Amino acid sequence: MSKFKTFLQSDFFHHFKSDRVAMISFSVIFLFFMAALFAPVLSPFNPHDPSQIDIMDSEIPPVWSSTDHAEPDERFLLGTDAQGRDMLSAILYGLRISITIGLFAVVVQMGLGIAIGLISGYMGGRVDAFFMRLADIQLSLSTMMIAIIVLAIFQASFGAELYEEMAIFMLVMVIGIAEWPQYARTIRASVLAEKNKEYVDAARVIGLSSPTIMVRHILPNTLSPLLVISTVQVANAIISEAALSFLGLGMPVTTPSLGSLISAGFEFIFSGSWWITTIPSLVLITLILTINLLGDWLRDVLNPKLYKG
Amino acid sequence: MSTPLVEVKEIHKIFEVGGHFLQREKPKVRAINDVSLQIKEGEAFCLVGESGCGKSTLARTVMGLLHPSAGEIQYRGARIDNLKHKDRLPYHRKMQMIFQNPYASLNPRRTIQKTLEEPLRFHFPEMSDKDVKEKVEEVMTSVGNDPSWGKRYPHEFSGGQRQRISIARALMVDPDFVVADEPISALDVSIQAQVLNVMMDAQEKRNLTYLFITHDLSVVEHFGTTVGVMYLGTLCELADTKTLFSKPRHPYTQVLLSAIPRLTCEEMDHTKLTGEVPSAMNLPSGCVFHNRCPYANERCKREIPLLRKLEDGAAVACHALEEGRI
Repeated sequence: MSKFKTFLQSDFFHHFKSDRVAMISFSVIFLFFMAALFAPVLSPFNPHDPSQIDIMDSEIPPVWSSTDHAEPDERFLLGTDAQGRDMLSAILYGLRISITIGLFAVVVQMGLGIAIGLISGYMGGRVDAFFMRLADIQLSLSTMMIAIIVLAIFQASFGAELYEEMAIFMLVMVIGIAEWPQYARTIRASVLAEKNKEYVDAARVIGLSSPTIMVRHILPNTLSPLLVISTVQVANAIISEAALSFLGLGMPVTTPSLGSLISAGFEFIFSGSWWITTIPSLVLITLILTINLLGDWLRDVLNPKLYKG
Repeated sequence: MSTPLVEVKEIHKIFEVGGHFLQREKPKVRAINDVSLQIKEGEAFCLVGESGCGKSTLARTVMGLLHPSAGEIQYRGARIDNLKHKDRLPYHRKMQMIFQNPYASLNPRRTIQKTLEEPLRFHFPEMSDKDVKEKVEEVMTSVGNDPSWGKRYPHEFSGGQRQRISIARALMVDPDFVVADEPISALDVSIQAQVLNVMMDAQEKRNLTYLFITHDLSVVEHFGTTVGVMYLGTLCELADTKTLFSKPRHPYTQVLLSAIPRLTCEEMDHTKLTGEVPSAMNLPSGCVFHNRCPYANERCKREIPLLRKLEDGAAVACHALEEGRI
């Protein structure tokens, strides 16, 4: 409890309170996360259950508008898509899937990046040269290209059915592995700065082993830049997933993420059913924007050189 | 004569610097050239010399933070510089180090208590929590710190307080030998005296042997029992403090001692040296001091002088002295 109290009195919290953008961003992100977490409770239908979908309900507009060939229906707050699936439920579940993939992909990136960055920075020499050239090669290929190639090959060789089952796992792994250099480079830079400080020598004089020094002494001192890139990377991972889904390589239509919802609705945009693609797009844009704004704010606050009174 | 506590035998340390990876001959910095010295039990061995002469490199090599390029380091007659990490552990317990910069030598993310407990828990995993706590308290009190500081972080302390915490950390495992790498040069004068006194008290109570690195000669006079003077990676004079200060032999030592600031005006006759310290990347042939030495002759340019023992125990590496030209 006392820790919570000190947090409330901290500089960090003070900055947070006095910055309206940060407050709003945080509240929006918090809302989205809660909505994703409690999607099964909040949503009126289960969009993953085909028995709750009636094709007769297809393309019903949101409650506040109407089209030439359909009237709004009170059961469907945000309308339905081409299969008669409730958009609100689909978006809540889609948000859940997008956020899950984003977070876990970042966990994979972070795990790989921290391990490689620490080892490479601390060991130096050839180990460092090897990993950093590997990172250069990885960065010269865009994430999307790697992801598309890997996912397309997987889909072609194991069939679409297996792919649908493994989609979440595959997306997490692909996005996670494709973006580790971001973390590795950031960590390595901090490690290079920290490892020549005398407290590291002091730890060596005590006789601690290199892994212990890396994890217990150096790592805690390199964490604040990590927090900043993590926010940006979560947003990036969610976008990557949405882009892949849009291209038909991400989540299948039966268990859609935000990207697959946008993709599925895209063909109806000129036939008057604009809501199928627009609403999930707005949700995605708001989510990414707020995460990025919060990330920017974090970077400013945690950077002592940009200290604003 | 009994075996010295720590013996440095013909140590060389060469750093390869810069150069790109295709270059076969990388530029080399010869930081230490053929230095040998013995540190006896109970001594406070002071190593003096100007910046960049290799004092700190020597200290770090003795502690195993750097590997010597050639030569041996012995602890009570046993060679320790080539040991594997695991075999070296018992020596880590016996040898500890105090660092120069008190603002960098404590991990900013750890409380003082955690920093101080770490060496104990690592070397004596069987110790109970209560014993560890008592030991921390005992050591903290002995260096003049309040044991209740444990919960706080390093940034909450002043330089002198931090340096005393640093000393406490070194003393946690009851070492026999402590290397102090310019422990007081980052502190202001009033605090310097206080920290020196803490170190001298600790030496008396815990029977410590010091290797004390400094460039402050008045501290040496006050603190040291034996002094080694270094210039450009070589040891040029080795003597006990009294002999060195009353009868400096080596031309460099003479110049160094004449540079100590004094209050009286009569003694303001510094011997001034011409030129600058040559680069350690391109050492002068023969005696490293020859191009600045007022007594240098042809032989000094050709031949590297060896450290020779004189009748009063001092050892000097100088051709001029040997030939009786000074």
